[in-house]
Formats: sequence, structure tokens, C-alpha cells
Amino acid sequence: MRIGVGLPSTLPSASGPLLLDWARRADASLFSSLAVLDRVVYDSFDPLLALAAVVGVTERIRLATNIVIGPLRATTLLAKEAASLHALSNGRLTLGLAVGARKEDYDALGVPYASRGRRFEEQLAELQSTWEKGGSAPPAPDTRGPTILLGGSSDQVFGRVARYADGYIHGGGPPRAFARMADKARAAWADVGRPGRPELWGQAYFALGDDAAIEAGRRYMREYYAFTGPFAERIASGLLTAPQSIVQTLRGYEDAGCDELVLFPTVADLMQIERLIEIVARLGGQPAPTFAQARTM
Amino acid sequence: MKVVILGGGPAGLYSAILLKKARPTADITVVERNPAGATYGWGVVFSDRTLAAFQEADHKTYTAITDSFVIWDAIDIHYRDVRVRCGGHVIAGIARKRLLSVLQERCAELGVTLRFDCDVRDLAELGAYDLLIGADGLNGLVRKTSEAQLGARVTVGAAKYIWLGTDKLLDCFTFLFRENEHGLFQVHAYPFSGDRSTFIVECAEEVWRKAGLDVADEAASIAYCERLFADELQGSRLLPNNSRWISFPTLKTARWHYQNVALLGDAIHTAHFSIGSGTKLAMEDAIALANALDQYPDIERALTEFELERRPAVEALQQAASESQTYFERIQRYLGLDPLKFAFQLLARSGRITYDDLRLRDPRFGELVDRWFASGSLKPLNGNGGRQEANTAPRDFPAVTPPPAFTPLRLASLDLANRIALLPEHGSESLDGSPDDNAIWTGARGPQGSGVGLLLTEPLAVAPEGLVTPDSQGAYTAAHAAAWRRSVEQSHATSTRVCAVLNHAGRRGATRPLRDARLDQPLREGAWPLLAPSPLAYSPASQTPRAMTEEDMTAAREAFVSAARLALDADFDLLLLHMAHGYLLASFLSPLANQRADGYGGALANRMRYPLGVFEALRAVWPVEKPLGVVLLADDCAPGGWTLDDAVAMAVALKARGCDLIQPLAGHTTPSAIPAYGRGFLTRASDRIRNEAGVATLVGGHLTTMNEINTVLAAGRADLCMLEPLREKRGDAWRLG
Repeated sequence: MRIGVGLPSTLPSASGPLLLDWARRADASLFSSLAVLDRVVYDSFDPLLALAAVVGVTERIRLATNIVIGPLRATTLLAKEAASLHALSNGRLTLGLAVGARKEDYDALGVPYASRGRRFEEQLAELQSTWEKGGSAPPAPDTRGPTILLGGSSDQVFGRVARYADGYIHGGGPPRAFARMADKARAAWADVGRPGRPELWGQAYFALGDDAAIEAGRRYMREYYAFTGPFAERIASGLLTAPQSIVQTLRGYEDAGCDELVLFPTVADLMQIERLIEIVARLGGQPAPTFAQARTM
Repeated sequence: MKVVILGGGPAGLYSAILLKKARPTADITVVERNPAGATYGWGVVFSDRTLAAFQEADHKTYTAITDSFVIWDAIDIHYRDVRVRCGGHVIAGIARKRLLSVLQERCAELGVTLRFDCDVRDLAELGAYDLLIGADGLNGLVRKTSEAQLGARVTVGAAKYIWLGTDKLLDCFTFLFRENEHGLFQVHAYPFSGDRSTFIVECAEEVWRKAGLDVADEAASIAYCERLFADELQGSRLLPNNSRWISFPTLKTARWHYQNVALLGDAIHTAHFSIGSGTKLAMEDAIALANALDQYPDIERALTEFELERRPAVEALQQAASESQTYFERIQRYLGLDPLKFAFQLLARSGRITYDDLRLRDPRFGELVDRWFASGSLKPLNGNGGRQEANTAPRDFPAVTPPPAFTPLRLASLDLANRIALLPEHGSESLDGSPDDNAIWTGARGPQGSGVGLLLTEPLAVAPEGLVTPDSQGAYTAAHAAAWRRSVEQSHATSTRVCAVLNHAGRRGATRPLRDARLDQPLREGAWPLLAPSPLAYSPASQTPRAMTEEDMTAAREAFVSAARLALDADFDLLLLHMAHGYLLASFLSPLANQRADGYGGALANRMRYPLGVFEALRAVWPVEKPLGVVLLADDCAPGGWTLDDAVAMAVALKARGCDLIQPLAGHTTPSAIPAYGRGFLTRASDRIRNEAGVATLVGGHLTTMNEINTVLAAGRADLCMLEPLREKRGDAWRLG
């Protein structure tokens, strides 16, 4: 299992320079990917623009959206932006997409919420053909375009993963919850006769350091997930705050067949990634290869 | 703190006890409509796990309850004059009346105020409180008052049942099944005191009407049931308790609390009686609520935690109860199973108990299942009326047998060494439909493929225009014939038998290989014209097919026939005709793809006509000694589409034409026709087809372990299972960067 790290782009107190420093640090350390989250009505950075900036200060690390809310964006423009990021980063983009869970984001952009599933399905079909037809994107660094992962938990998601994508991104929770969803993705994959197996990503949140840092992390999670109502507290209680709980989570996800687990920060402070690097390094991870090496591996 | 609890059943009383224990100074009142001592219902049951929770929550009531218990660990199933017993299910029963008096005494001891005979019509009558607990049952006032906030939904079961008692002495949980001129009746019975047992009689609604029970009063109903189960009752009586026939209402609610009001037990959720969990759930709710209130001083917060903590467990149980309820509603179709398989299926009905679980609980029963299965389980039992103990193995049972998955299977004259089938791993290279010599063995070579009973090819195109992708394998040229002959010969050197799957892609043809592209992406160059029942493109990006003429249909049928001849010549052991996943023949079946106005479209019989004709044509050339089967569309999983009922009808029609095996698949008639994936997602379809149409089935649906396969086989839900070995490498070191 590979380990990725989130960019603090949805932490309201994170500055632009902090994001870039964080990205440099992640690129120079052990992580496999650097990932962003997407929200419209929130004090956060735009995920694709943030990654575009990150491209300029990183060399090898994979850039992932966990996830971008597809139906909020015009398909051709989304295809162009993703293709641009992919080309600028020399093929480092993994495009995670989903319908999202917040109606207010749809309302803010005047996009109908009720038909989001159908719109998403059309979008998935069009993305690929837009890239392939050419005419509205830069030349691709590879033949297949970015890897596409889908998020969500409705029954429809898994069939879409098998049909339109390369894998599945789970939204977080205990390894057992991930395992159930991973099973569905594998079942769909085998059902349609896709060769190999779906790529499976998980995600978790961390806050490391003293009580103040941990409490700040919890506060952020309660606020970020306030839209889930009573679940916000529950989600916040899943925050990883000790080296031991991080190791257990890694082990649990690995046993459940996860390919890449992304650890998202909840405190906008470079010390957070330093502490995480220290823990991950103690797991015996190898120093990260350069991007050029990674591509030939 | 002032707490008012509406409803003096187990949920209300137990909450009062636990809350009062934690807060001796709190003012806790239980308000009950009925007089003290008035109760209906007979006994209730608890599992050993629930008892452990009681022990921890309040030791005094636990001791008082367990002093009054009847404990047993077996389940008896009486079916066709045979009794099957399976042990290891520790369950305890207690009279509902006794349970209530234990709880009432404990309430009194702790200083809880109990107000009986108090019919509250409006919550305003209750005055002020810090916390109101609605434990007032299915149609309780608390839920009725706040219906809008709670979002309640009630679904009513299809069967009728009556809750009776009996003075017949039972030694364990007992299921009785009996058929008379009106139909099938089943009994769920269990002891709850030294001399009384609960005796619930259940039947389908039409049986109930036919028997005149819809107009029978309590006494007449009892008389009828006493006559029906005279053999089992042996002179004992059935006892009334204000009993009447009802349909089981399942209640689900979106929210379990609002402001400072919490609801518990039947007031917010019910679960079918066949898994005996109503009282258990109610009392476990009370424990969870008390724990949450202990942990969080803020009441609203505590109620939120209670709901979050408790809901997953309750929903899982409601799911199991619904599986169990559906099983009993459809039990008629299992009456062809022999007693042991019938018993296994009954025990495994809710999905909570697997083959491995049963072996662990009762090793002797597990062994018996294996031996019964191996001894040729498909032969019907002779119902000579003599009482036979199925737990004593008949003499013709083999002494030592493998588990169901490794039991041989005979289809027509073909013997398979075991019941595990495998699809080759994809990735074989072929050009213009030619398989390379290793085509089907990509999956067979190496440890994963060795030892399986049956190996299937990928769907083989019967004509060039029937290819899904240019590198799909085919069965239409002399080169194909030669390559397949060599491949099959290789396998015949082992115990593995091989099955050719014949297909025509229809409107899903001319797409790019999956190695280079995602699903259903049209070829950029070299696409050929597609054929389909109607000129409807598969997806917006797909080519629009031509509606097939009679000539096209004849040509396609002939292509299937020549492919079958080629497969016969290559010496394949089994042939499957593909009618699923949106390919040509499935497109004829589904109203989503077939909009023809002629004799091949419209009504179900018309849509079935062409695929059945192709099957008949294959049956004419494929020898009867060799099994011929169909990969059948089981469900479109889309509104307005083909349903599982249609699939069962198709299976009946296929069986009448000599079909030996059906493999159900679901969805993909259109890109958005998506099944609800998960482990064993096709098992239900296989079960219905096998047990309603009486055709042997091969089922896949992401079965990844031997336990899952053994459970499906032993329960008679399929005859052969497709194994999907997990492909990821586990336990690698974490790879960074």
C-alpha cells in the first residue's frame, strides 16, 4: 500500500505560501501522492488551481483530487483543466470525481441538484471522448489520459467505476467500512470483465502534536462536516491523533486491500507534515524515488 | 431530572431501571395504558449475546430473568415427516408476563413511579419533563405526535400469522411445516416456561383465504390449527390470548429522536418475528440510551449519540429479518428440496449464519450436511409417511465426504469433479477472433486455475460482426476450430472440463479492447455495422445499430448453429448460450432495448421468441449427452426493464426446451442499468431460477471464499459456483513514494 498526504487547501487558516511549502516538503519526502478536496461554499482553495500551483514546485509526487465534484463543472472545461494539469505535471494527475454531498454547492452555482447523477454519468462518458477527440486539450503526456477514480457510496457508483473509471476512492471511516465498499468495486469490476482489478484508495484525517493541535484538528472536522448534522461529531472522533492509531489505520487499510491511503491534515501548520513524515519514516519506508525513476518503475 | 416514559413494556421498564440506577435522585415515571399484569403475547427469546449485555447492564434483573429461563441450544425442523435437528444455537425463552413482572419489581425497588391504567391521549397531559422516552410500541402516541420529524415508513408483509400458545412440551425451538388441501402452513414454536410454548402459525394470504381463516374467529382459528397440527400436538391444546390473524408490519424511521424526546423499541423499528428479536432490540435500545445519557450530560447530544451508536446494529438486524421474512413468504419454492438441504437453507436464511458457522456450532450436523449433499442430494425423498430421523444417517450415505464445493456434479451425461467454475483471467491475445493456443488456459495455468471442475471461455463471437472488440475470441473459422481443438485437448488431460460460451455482441459490438480503453468505447477505425432488435444506440457515443430483418435473424441463428458445431468438433464438454449483459439475445429480451412492433417485440412471449428459437436450434445440433445451458439476463436493474419474474418465466421456457444449466447475470442492458454490487449479489437470482423453474444453476456474483460457495451450494441456491479469487497482493510492506 502506498501512502499519500493531503494538501491543507480546505483549512481556512492556510495561506498560499503554506500550501506551496507543504507541497515542496511532501514532494521531497516519502509520500506517493498529494491530494486535494473540493468545496464551493467554503473558505477553501479551488482544488484544480491549487494543484496547478503545486505542479510548479514539485517534481515527482502524484497529484490527486479526492474528489472534484464533477457535475458542478462544465464537462469540456473540466476535461480541458484536467488535461492541462496532466500535461503540465508530465502525467502526474489522478482525477478523483464524485457527485458530492452538499446541495448548497449546487445552489451556489445554479446547477440542478436533483439530476446530478444523470449529469455525472453523461459527464463520465464525455470526458474520455473529449480527451480522445482532441481539439480542446493540450497534447497528452501519455495515451490514456489521467487515471480516473470515483467516489461515493450509492449502488450506482460501483457500476460507474467499472464502466468509466480506473478505481474507487472511499470517503473515510474505519477499515471495515472501506472493505465493504472495496468489495462492491471488485464485484463490479469482475462483472464487466475488466482485466486486472480496480485501484482502491482510502482517506483518513490526522492531527499530531499537543492537545491544542489535536483540539484544533477536531474543531476543524466538526466545522468541515457540519453539513452532515449529527454525524460531524462521529467523523471528528475518527481523527487520528497518535502514532499508534496512524499505524493501526495503515495496517487495517492495507489488510482490506487498499492501494493508496491519503492522510489529510486538519491543522494548517508545517509541523504537521513533519510529524507525519517522522512516523511514516519509522515504519521503514524507503526514501521516495524521483519522479523520473518512478515513471520507469 | 424529570423523565417520563410512555409505555410499560420491556423497553420502557428497562430504560427506567437503568436510568434510575445511574441517577437515584431523578424523578422517573413510567406511564402505561393497560392495568398492571395485563399482557398479551406468550414468550420472548434472547440469544446468549443479549444475555451477556443484560448481565453487564443490571445484574439484579439479569439474575431474576435467568432464574425464570428455559434454555435450549437446538433448532428442530419438522418437514415432510422428517425431523432435522441442528445444535449450538443457545437461546433462552421467558414468559413475557414473567419478564414484565421482574422488571416491574425492580422498578419499584429502585423507586421508579409506575402509573398503570393511564391512557394518555395527548403529550401535553404529561406536563413538564427533561426527557420523554416513547416506548409505547408500533402505533404509539409519541411517534404519532411527531410523525413529520421522524419520517416513519411501514411496510406490511405478504403472509398472515397468528400468535398462539400451547401446553405441548417442546424441548427446543421448533419449526413445523405442513401442507393440506389449502396450502402450506408453517409454525415457529419455542418453550418459554416449564409447561408452555409460544406457537405462531403462518401461511400465505391466499392459503389463509382458501382455508376460510379470513372469516374465522379466534376459537375457529384455533380449532383449524389444532386439526392441522394434530400429529405434532399429540393431544395437546393450542391456547388463545386475544389472538387474531395479522400481517407483519415492518417499521423504519429516519430519525429516532427530536429535541428532548427519544423513542425506543417497536415505537421506531420492528423486525419480523421469525428471527425473534423484537424484545431483544427494545431492551438493547434501553441499554444504549442509558449509556449515552451517562456519557453525555447534554440530552440532545446524548440522544444523537444513542441513535448513531444503535442504528447500524438495528438496521443490520432489520436487514436479516427482512431476508428471513422474504424466505418464509417464498418458502413454497423450496418444498422440492430434501429435508437436510431444506433445513440448511432455513438456518442460513437471514444471511447471518454460514456453512462454516454451522459446522462450528454443530460439527455433527455439518458432517451430515456434507454426507447428505454428497450422497446425491437431488433425488427426492420418498414421502412414505413413516417418521424418519434425518439426523441418523441412512445406510447409503458415504462414510467420508468432502464439503459441498468439492462434491462431483452430473449435468446430462457430463461429470464434473467439483462444483467450482472459473473464468479465465482476461488478457489473452487474439487477432480477428483467433484464440491463441493458451486462450482459455491463461487462467488455468498456475495454482489459481488448477483443480477447478469447470473452466469457461470468454464469450466467443459466433460471427465477425458479433465480436465485442477486435481482439475478442471467436468460434467461426477453421483456424478457430483448430485452436480450440488443441486447447480443449490440453484440458482433457486433466480433471477440468471446459465450457464454450457462444455470443453475439449485438449493439455492444465494435468497441475498443479493454486493455486500451474503458467499457463500450466505439472503435475509432475499422468499426463494422451493428445489429440489434431495434435501432437504438447502446450509449450516446455508440454507433446506432440496424434493426434486424427476418433474414438477419436467420443468419445470426445459423451463425450460432455453426459455432455450436465448431464447439462440438473441438470437443467442448458444455455449451452456454449468452443472453445477458446487453448483448444481442439479451437485447431481444429486454423492453429497454427491444422496441419492435412485430412478433419479436412487445409482449414477454414475443421478446422471448427469437432467443428461444436460437436455443432450440442449438439443442437440435448439440448432443443430449452434453449439457447445453444459457447465460441468462436475470434483471435489468432499471425501471421499466426485464425483471427477475421475467427471468424465471424464461427459465421455465428454456427448461421445457431441454436447457440443463442457467447462469444468471444482471444489468448492462443499458449503461445505466447497474446491479447493486456486493458479495453474492447474484445468489438471490440463482436461488429463484433454480428453485422456481427447477433448472440447475451456475452462479458467480463475487463469491471469493470456499465458505461462501459451500453456503450457497448447501442451501440449494445453486449447483455450481464461479470462484473469483481475490487478486491483490496483501501483506506487502508499505510502499512509499
